[in-house]
Amino acid sequence: MELLTNQVLAGIATGAIYACMALAVVMIYEAIDHLNFAQGEMAMFSTFIAWQLLEWGVPYWGAFFGSVAISFCGGVAIERTLFRPLATASILVQIAGFIALFSIINSSAGLIWDFSIKSFPSPFGSAPFLGSQLISDHQAGMFFITLILLGLLYFFFRFTRIGLAMRAAATLPDSARLVGINVGWMIALGWGLAAAIGAVAGILIAPVVFLEPNMMAGVLLYGFVGAVLGGLSSPAGAVAGGFMVGILENLAGTYIPVVGNELKLPIALAMIVTVLVFRPTGLFGRPQVQRV
Amino acid sequence: MSTVQESVTQTSSLGTVRETVPQVPATAGGRDLSPVATAAIARQQQKTAQTIARVASLVALALMLMAPMFVRHFVVFQFTQIIIYGIAIMSLNILTGASGQFSLGHSAFFAVGAYTTAILMEHGGMNYILTLPFAGCVCFVFGFLFGLPALRLSGVYLALATFSLAIAMPQFLKLGTFEHFTGGVQGLVVTKPDAPFGLKIDQDVWLYYVTLAVALIMYVLSVNLLNSRTGRAMMAIRDNQIAASSMGVNLALYKTLSFGISAGMTGVAGGLAAIVVAFVAPDGYSITFANALFLGMVIGGVGWLPGSLAGAAFIVLIPNVAESISKGLAGAVFGVFIIAVIFLFPNGARQAAYLAANWIRKLVGSTR
Amino acid sequence: MTDYLTLKDLRSYYGQIQALHGITFELSEGSVTTLLGANGAGKTTTLRAICGMVRSTGTIQFDGRPLIGLSTESIVKLGIAHVPQGRGTFTRMNVEENLQLGAITRSDRAAIADDIERMFTLFPVLKERRVQQAGLLSGGEQQMLAVARALMLRPRLLLLDEPSFGLAPLVVRELFKTLTQINREEKTTILVVEQNAQLALELADTAYVIETGQIVQSGPAAEIANNEDIRKSYLGY
Repeated sequence: MELLTNQVLAGIATGAIYACMALAVVMIYEAIDHLNFAQGEMAMFSTFIAWQLLEWGVPYWGAFFGSVAISFCGGVAIERTLFRPLATASILVQIAGFIALFSIINSSAGLIWDFSIKSFPSPFGSAPFLGSQLISDHQAGMFFITLILLGLLYFFFRFTRIGLAMRAAATLPDSARLVGINVGWMIALGWGLAAAIGAVAGILIAPVVFLEPNMMAGVLLYGFVGAVLGGLSSPAGAVAGGFMVGILENLAGTYIPVVGNELKLPIALAMIVTVLVFRPTGLFGRPQVQRV
Repeated sequence: MSTVQESVTQTSSLGTVRETVPQVPATAGGRDLSPVATAAIARQQQKTAQTIARVASLVALALMLMAPMFVRHFVVFQFTQIIIYGIAIMSLNILTGASGQFSLGHSAFFAVGAYTTAILMEHGGMNYILTLPFAGCVCFVFGFLFGLPALRLSGVYLALATFSLAIAMPQFLKLGTFEHFTGGVQGLVVTKPDAPFGLKIDQDVWLYYVTLAVALIMYVLSVNLLNSRTGRAMMAIRDNQIAASSMGVNLALYKTLSFGISAGMTGVAGGLAAIVVAFVAPDGYSITFANALFLGMVIGGVGWLPGSLAGAAFIVLIPNVAESISKGLAGAVFGVFIIAVIFLFPNGARQAAYLAANWIRKLVGSTR
Repeated sequence: MTDYLTLKDLRSYYGQIQALHGITFELSEGSVTTLLGANGAGKTTTLRAICGMVRSTGTIQFDGRPLIGLSTESIVKLGIAHVPQGRGTFTRMNVEENLQLGAITRSDRAAIADDIERMFTLFPVLKERRVQQAGLLSGGEQQMLAVARALMLRPRLLLLDEPSFGLAPLVVRELFKTLTQINREEKTTILVVEQNAQLALELADTAYVIETGQIVQSGPAAEIANNEDIRKSYLGY
């Protein structure tokens, strides 16, 4: 029983990261109906920026917020320069754009910081949380920071005017223009927020998976699973999906003998395909009608 | 008299294709030309275009046949790689360009083909040429099976599913349970074959010609496929699924068939790669490779088979040049090139080829 | 009276297809004008052209400012509110949020709050549904919400595209009564596109009839309403 609780709690902790990635993915998806395949790489790059700030002697939380702020600006910049001109192009060209971004960021990280594995500090340490054997301080920290982040976002979207404008631009861009909203800038803002959220996810997971340019591919995959499970149109669903994936991953790894650590990614693949095929709207999403 | 080139913009499901079709002006030298004469001139110009294309193909073929005699063996090895990747990109072209389905996961099929060949050769002692059809068939089945759930997916969702396939495959190959066959994380070393009948040809040169032969066969088969009823069915699906279905095209059959054929071809390419490189290992078939294949297709021009070779040259040569400058530079150069291409030449090498062909035609026309 | 909104030789295109073939008319400030015609005549296209939603050549001037080439949101910020065909309600948000969105370009918080209350006075049924999701409202209620949202801009020019569509006659009469009231109290200039000519002609001062992208008749609304020939040829009654 204690093993089960342990695994569920650990699953919630890692699930928090997947929830963040899922949220970042859905944020961009809501704005442009496209999946940002480079989201993981952007998060990785943000984490490297934080690492560099730490190397330069900036205290942890300074590096944390500094990286988040820089990532926000970076996200806005990428959207304005690269994806805004591509907005009217075919799906193929847009996917090519995302893949190009993936390559550039991945490669640049390797160029600037090389491909060796680095360790990344945790502000919480790895001592047992409140003395319990179940989760560590860092895992608890991941969970609480994610909760705070989600709370802030909820507040932002529900109670601020910009949040309202962004929601309007994402759901009905034409109507949004008719009330005077500059939809283009709302999309850019969405990208900025997604990049900032990704930065938080990367910085929190780095102490666990170690920092190197290829660290986020698997995490991004789990983020996609969470987003798809939650139905790509629902931020809340994406978050719930992320947590579920975390828990399922841990339970499967513990209780199903074949799975272990080695089959995690193929299982994630199977989950994505299964959900997309049998319930494309995910568990919480809305059905989409295709015009003939 | 100057020939005015008009751009006819067509929209297909893959976006705007700017086809430069030669338009003859209604007046030439101040005289009105009758419709009959205008049509005749247009036909003449089309024939000239076709002749240019044929000549270009023959020149290219001749160059490829003679290449090994003029360059070092390492360069022959690179040429072989280019042709191998060209086959893989060609198969991707068939999938995306012809049937309109996206794949960011062809590295997985390549890997399966490569490992099939490696296992058959090293554990089964099979002759290397024989392994290729096996690799092709195994991958065909694999692709067909993957195509089944993929039926319900399209566009970005399909891209996501294939993206996940690419990320998951290396881990799959490293599984402990299969380690006996696959060699686990270390991979498998493959015995590089010698030229047959004791001929005194270098291994790399011999394999170059084998690869070239396979590639030519694949190319001819592909062209025939695209011109056949099957090919037309696939293209109907690409342009408008719902319309195609309502016209009686069996969507499920042709879409999964496309995946199967594309995967099979990529599998053959993978098998060739295993033989030529003499080594297979899980991390060689990562998402980076899948991205490279996809980008190679975009650069070559989607749906244009000859462009596959151009795209392949790109993805083989750029990393070589870039890595010699600095490790990790390859991806950045790739990405920047892709961005340049999609902004300036959305139809990739095909556009460049059209421009070249037009230029040549102007030259030829002006000497008449 | 000054020409508030002027259209001169307006030609609009959907891709290669030309929908308007040279529309010319003027509205004076504070007037109520109706644009009539059959399905596909170009009425909606005219409104969309004014809002910069369709590629156009020619001249559109609003209070002296040229509109062609401006983005939709810039045109809106000049004080032009458009209630589109199909209403364009933000169905996933509640009534109050929809109203707030109408005023999203304004910064006078206190006045916005006052205006929301005013909307609830004008359209009492919206007050009852204040926190309900807009998608759950009836057709008539959504139309009222759409008009209220447009009014939250405090527009100088109000464009309405087929506000009577799908609504019961009584509901439409109520709506038009409210529009008259707004025009009288706020001096808001109104341009209404309608297929239901009878009601529109009762509401408006001036009428224009469009057919296949061109103005074919114009005049005071009362005259057009009394002209049997025009009614039979263009308006179907």
